[in-house]
Amino acid sequence: MILIGERINGMFKDIREAILNRDPEPVRYWAKRQYENCAAYLDINTGPTVDAKDQPAVMEWLVKTAQEAAPLPCCIDSTNPEAIEAGLAVHRGKAMINSTSADQWKMDIYMPMAAKYGAALIGLAMNEKGVPKSAADRAALAMEIVVNADAHGIPMEDLYIDPLVLPCNVAQEHGPEALEALRQIKMLADPAPRTTMGLSNVSQRCNNRHLLNRTFLIMSMACGLDSAIADVEDQELLDAVAAANILLNKDIYCDSFLKTFRQR
Amino acid sequence: MPVTIAKERWTNKVGELVLGSEPNVVKIGGEGTLPFLHFEGEMTNRPKVALEVWDMEPTDWPEILTAPYAGVLNDPVAWAKKCVEYGADLICLTLVSAHPDNKDASPEECAQTARAVAEAVDVPLIVLGCGVEEKDARVLEKVAEALAGKNCLLGLATQENYKTITAACMVHGHNIIASSPLDINLEKQLNILITEMNLAANRIVIDPSVGALGYGIEYAYSIMERTRIGALTGDKMMAMPVICLVGQEVWKTKEAKSSTEEAPEWGEQARRAVLWEVITASTFAQAGGSLFVLRHPESLKQFRIHIDKMMESNAY
Repeated sequence: MILIGERINGMFKDIREAILNRDPEPVRYWAKRQYENCAAYLDINTGPTVDAKDQPAVMEWLVKTAQEAAPLPCCIDSTNPEAIEAGLAVHRGKAMINSTSADQWKMDIYMPMAAKYGAALIGLAMNEKGVPKSAADRAALAMEIVVNADAHGIPMEDLYIDPLVLPCNVAQEHGPEALEALRQIKMLADPAPRTTMGLSNVSQRCNNRHLLNRTFLIMSMACGLDSAIADVEDQELLDAVAAANILLNKDIYCDSFLKTFRQR
Repeated sequence: MPVTIAKERWTNKVGELVLGSEPNVVKIGGEGTLPFLHFEGEMTNRPKVALEVWDMEPTDWPEILTAPYAGVLNDPVAWAKKCVEYGADLICLTLVSAHPDNKDASPEECAQTARAVAEAVDVPLIVLGCGVEEKDARVLEKVAEALAGKNCLLGLATQENYKTITAACMVHGHNIIASSPLDINLEKQLNILITEMNLAANRIVIDPSVGALGYGIEYAYSIMERTRIGALTGDKMMAMPVICLVGQEVWKTKEAKSSTEEAPEWGEQARRAVLWEVITASTFAQAGGSLFVLRHPESLKQFRIHIDKMMESNAY
């Protein structure tokens, strides 16, 4: 399970203030902290309060600051292509672009960008019409992303398809569809594309968020989930992933499996 | 339509371990691929071969095995030199005499023998105890001290005695063989326990406990294969080179020990026994073994010819 730490995002108050004051400390803190908590990537998002014209500069600063504090690659998260490219330009190592949808005009921007920078790319199984309701429609959009990635020479292990999960208190019927979509996406190509999801979305405005997140993550892993953007502060989530890695025969069992999962 | 050649891309390598001291070091491990798939990754070091030397004359070795060592079997120093003449990359000194059923030799006596052998040959040394866990801890502690700084490989460390042996390896600059009884979970756990004592992971060699051809070879094979895949996919507690104690297993089988007269339908003993050892070793080379302990010098020769061929690049 490739965990992408969600915390460096302008939606969180401390990061928003850090951006406003150009204070590197909170960014450094969360970079280190998430590194210690098994994150393989740091998601970096300027948040909605930064003006579009300022986003590239803020993204550049966030990526540099985060990478100074932790030896991790970043998942550069924005709806603004200029912000993403600004982040890629200063990034060290293999970045991840978050994200394109299955709209052709968006793929025409992000596929060449991923190829140019040798970055991985998250593809959302949705388009301008919104998030499809059924697993089959999600898989159909995923297929369009797979075909475009292949045409740009992006290897399947660099493509992360997100079947899109919605909050279970308002879109409960999407849960099983997303799980089924994961199964189908893993069969779209050989080698299969990778999969990811914005996990915390499943429990937006719900009670017992950690329990819902953790349960859905494990169910998704059994359906073929390779990666998740998640709250890695949650130690029970990490324990559950460690256990699932054993039960899915991905890691070799040993008595210290909870501890070895946390070692790099 | 272009055909895409499917190649595995591994994210990790087996750790490289250095034995002995310059200029006579032997390096093992470092593989970045499944064995001999040179087109998928590098095999930095070829598999290395040690010949086994005992610290007392063996009584149950068949004549075809004692013949090449005639005249040196009661002198470990001379025996070790003979093995070097036969082309061994390393010497594996087995301290059989320490066993309570044999001479019950003291740790000090064993250490003295080990030191004499180490000083007589240039190649690096593997030192094995007698197989009694509690005794081996005491013996290897003294051996480690006597061989301080010679960067040897000591074993077998088990879950029962690893603490003493690990500490001795750390203090005196040696490497350790972590041995588990055909159990990949215990194998991993023992590596973790040893590294938790702060011995570096690249100073551990895994002994998965191998069996000879016809005697459970497939169990060890699949454990070694799983170990290597674990190593290549990033499991650092599986990313150690593997030692295969082939000689001791092969030379207790009836296929190796029965004389030509006793089993005429099996063909000539000398050819059959050596083949048994070579096929067992070659099988484990294919499963991911990095260090092989053999007994017959002819087996070493034939096994090495096999390795030479397998090390020819098939990269494309």
